[in-house]
Amino acid sequence: MTLLRIDAIDVHHGLLRAITGFSVAVDEGEVVSVIGANGAGKSTLMRAVAGSIPVSSGRVEVNGDDVTRLRAHQRIARGVALVPEGRKLFPSLTLEENLLTGAYRRRPGPWDLDTVYDMFGWMPDRRNQNSRLLSGGEQQAVAIGRALMSNPDILLIDELSLGLAPIVVKQIYASFQQIVVNGCAILFVEQDVSQALAIADEVVCLLEGRTMLAGRPADLDPSDVESAYFGATTGGH
Amino acid sequence: MAVDTLPTHTDTPVSRSASGIRIGTSASLLTILLLAFLPFIVYQSATSVMIQLFILVVLASMWNLLAGFGGLVSIGQQAYIGVGAYTVVALDNQGLSPFLAILFAIVTASLLSIPTSFLAFRLRGDYFAVGTWVIAEVYRLVVIRFDSVGGGDGKSLSGLAGIDPTMRAAVVYWTALGLAVVTVLACFLLLRGRIGLALTAIRDDEVAARAGGVDATRVKRIVYLISAAGCGAAGAVLAIDAVRVQPDAIFSVQWSAYMIVIVIIGGIGHLEGPVLGAIVFFALQQLLADLGTWYLMVLGILAVFFAIVVPRGLWGLIADRTSFRLFPTSYRLENDHDRRAR
Amino acid sequence: MDVLNALTQGILLGGVFALFASGLSIMFGVMRIVNLAHGDLAVLAAFIAVVALTYTPLPFGALVVVAPIFGLLGYVMQRLLVTPSLEAGPLATLVATFGLSIVIQNALIEGFSADVRSLDAGGLATASISLGGGIDLPLVGVLGLGTAIAVIGGMQIFLSRSRTGRMMRAASDDVDTAALTGANSRHIYAVATAIAFGTLALAGVLFGTRSSFSPTSGTLTLIFAFEAVVIGGLGSLWGTLLGGLSLGLTQSMVAYYDPAAAILAGHLVFLAVLALRPQGLIPARST
Repeated sequence: MTLLRIDAIDVHHGLLRAITGFSVAVDEGEVVSVIGANGAGKSTLMRAVAGSIPVSSGRVEVNGDDVTRLRAHQRIARGVALVPEGRKLFPSLTLEENLLTGAYRRRPGPWDLDTVYDMFGWMPDRRNQNSRLLSGGEQQAVAIGRALMSNPDILLIDELSLGLAPIVVKQIYASFQQIVVNGCAILFVEQDVSQALAIADEVVCLLEGRTMLAGRPADLDPSDVESAYFGATTGGH
Repeated sequence: MAVDTLPTHTDTPVSRSASGIRIGTSASLLTILLLAFLPFIVYQSATSVMIQLFILVVLASMWNLLAGFGGLVSIGQQAYIGVGAYTVVALDNQGLSPFLAILFAIVTASLLSIPTSFLAFRLRGDYFAVGTWVIAEVYRLVVIRFDSVGGGDGKSLSGLAGIDPTMRAAVVYWTALGLAVVTVLACFLLLRGRIGLALTAIRDDEVAARAGGVDATRVKRIVYLISAAGCGAAGAVLAIDAVRVQPDAIFSVQWSAYMIVIVIIGGIGHLEGPVLGAIVFFALQQLLADLGTWYLMVLGILAVFFAIVVPRGLWGLIADRTSFRLFPTSYRLENDHDRRAR
Repeated sequence: MDVLNALTQGILLGGVFALFASGLSIMFGVMRIVNLAHGDLAVLAAFIAVVALTYTPLPFGALVVVAPIFGLLGYVMQRLLVTPSLEAGPLATLVATFGLSIVIQNALIEGFSADVRSLDAGGLATASISLGGGIDLPLVGVLGLGTAIAVIGGMQIFLSRSRTGRMMRAASDDVDTAALTGANSRHIYAVATAIAFGTLALAGVLFGTRSSFSPTSGTLTLIFAFEAVVIGGLGSLWGTLLGGLSLGLTQSMVAYYDPAAAILAGHLVFLAVLALRPQGLIPARST
């Protein structure tokens, strides 16, 4: 069943239209990746789906409920959780306290402190450490754990691999399996196209706020992906 | 391939003024001339009252410079008002003419503002505001320990005793008017120059400004000093006008309240704002002064209302809708209409 | 022995300062605003108690009346003044609370006259605990210090252990990300304001009982609370307690030698901290 349905949304930054007519459907257990060059609108899209910025037209539906008019703090209760760009952990809180903030509006489900600690085995030893002392990769893991603590139906991840070493990125992607096994779906933004094609069930390529290409990685031609990414017309390389 | 020089854009030149601004500037010059002749036309009681208006223009302009352009919200400028007034008193003790003492008042206020700024700048934002208030209190508490300037009761100026009262009133009037004109002009010239450019850069993005070579702290200190100087001059004129200085009144936070209310109502961040605000405030003062505490409550409510509902002030509303300006401080692109008018 | 008495008086005075400062500290910590009407609101609480006492003779029964009124006042002020001014711009809260301060002071003068008065707490005002050796601790003072410690301790526990308290700390770090984890900023700010107003009600009634006050007392009260917060260190509640005690001790000890210089001495200590150790006695964010 479709957990997230986005229907022809437009998102504005002041007078500038950052996203035009974007649509996507994410089903239970699916992993969908949004790719695109810098400035394509990927982060804007994520924040609009999470409710941090308003949508100027179109519809966002979670579990069949229309959440378009709801603000960010209300969407959590409907099952949408965002891991923001730059991790954005709370610097005056410890690792465990950061995870607990995620449970502020928790919904029924398998994720709690214990299950998150099971998934990321290194965390329990550092639970009382201030979050500022964690490395980039560790912070990313905590940020994901924080989002999971609310037991979302759809997990949004913005710029997952930004600033992280490849081996760390690999570890984080390895955790995706565990996340989707309970039915949660993931929509993530990724700069690294090859990673996205390797991990995702479906890939959407954005350029200047519009969808240029979408489909299952197996069905997509690499040169088509390249053209869509850079906006070159086909046959021009 | 050689790169030619860029073609000169004769179709969209950049200029400082337009017809709306020129009308405004001419109107203000006319008004100032009229005001200068007032002592010859009206009774002393009317001109004496106008002195209050001119002082308010000076104080509000200085607060606007500090807070609106410099981003430094202070509720302690009364420290320098007091310093200016007490400089006149101290020099009066030495036999110096109070009018001459105004210049010294500017000097003392400026000098004291430098070490004060090092202390005050340790605080940021709202905390800076309250910090400046505490510093002003310290100035007051220190000054009243000196009996030579009257201690806690204050002192009268003796140097004015020999002058004909009508003549004195007229000279004080012209001094106040002159100070108001000089202050506003000084702000205008300052903001048109390099400091103004630096302030705009800092206001837009301080980090980028610093990265671009702007010494933001030094610029702010300069603005703080100028603001202190202006307040010192105003304090000196206040002392001469009242012929007496009383510490609780001259160092009162009430002055800051007036400055803030005037600039908020008039329009913060515009040169015209303090002038407009002072006129409105002065009119209210004349109309409602008999109401005592109710008048002050009205002021308080106005401050709250404007802060929340009309944060850009009256001039802000005008400036947003028209190109009417009294002071050309920003650049604009000339269009066909402007060039035809030229 | 009198010196020792001055010392103890100073500590007790410090307790009152700390209680005033705690509300200021929490409002700044969570919302980044300084409420310039803070002191005047405490004085307002004292005046409400004056009125309440004409109906109920119990001295701290007055608190039963004042507390709910202040809870409501806090909620109203939050919706009508704090939130709109937060959204209007950085200068707005400063000016709006300054305007509010003017309104409260003059409304009180209009309603109660500018005279100085104090709360009649019957025997409580004069009761004292004798520690022997000529040292008498006024009961009100002890209550003030005790309340300050209890309030600050309670706030500290609330912030570090409870769900809402944790979210308040998160919101003070990054209110947008806190929204992503489900925190409604308006609700969070309302809780912080309610706590601040609760402390104001307590502080006002205690202050009114132990010393005389007038409609304009709020000005100095704000300044002392502010000094206590800065001396103690922005962002640390225990620092605020220490700051209050430091200020109280300074004023009291100097008053023993030269009463006229007491308040100035407090200001100078504040300036000294600013010059030499601007992060305060207990800097925040120390790991």
